[in-house]
Amino acid sequence: MSDSFKIGQRVLVKEGDPPGHIRTPYYLRGKPGVVETVHGAFRNPEELAYGKEGLPKKPLYLVRFLQKDVWPDYQGAPTDTVSADIYEHWLDADQ
Amino acid sequence: MGGKDFGPVNRRDHVRSEWDNRVDAVLKLMLDGRRFRVDELRRAIESLPEHDYMSFSYYQKWLAAIRVLIVEKGMLTEDEIAERLAQLREGATG
Repeated sequence: MSDSFKIGQRVLVKEGDPPGHIRTPYYLRGKPGVVETVHGAFRNPEELAYGKEGLPKKPLYLVRFLQKDVWPDYQGAPTDTVSADIYEHWLDADQ
Repeated sequence: MGGKDFGPVNRRDHVRSEWDNRVDAVLKLMLDGRRFRVDELRRAIESLPEHDYMSFSYYQKWLAAIRVLIVEKGMLTEDEIAERLAQLREGATG
């Protein structure tokens, strides 16, 4: 298990396409971002989706990405960002 | 179907029909009555056959997923749904 992340910390979304109900957007997998907000811990939707209790709760973060890091052919401003809620078990520390 | 190229987002506004409102009401009753969770609805939508997923409207996907979960949770059987649909097609209102 990874340690809890802090606001401003650089993270890397895990790669992979496991079966099941995954809330981590496909287009963000493998992308680097920065923790923007620590939302707290919530029941795991990957288990709730199959009628389970989703416990223990999993920490959830708002993670900010640079659009140019997400889309290889991004034409907009290099400072444009996109943010998404990502569960801790989908994140690794970046360096 | 995650990762497929669906092109640009359709930004046009959508007018809700009375049928849409009814599906919305059915879902609210299911969730308020704790018959299933919204995560289960999302999973059922994602599990629809690809043809249905690509051709159904937003609320058609909801209704198809609600139907899957109603059977999965044992609230109704497929036979009971089929029987009622046949009744409705014959014009019965009871």
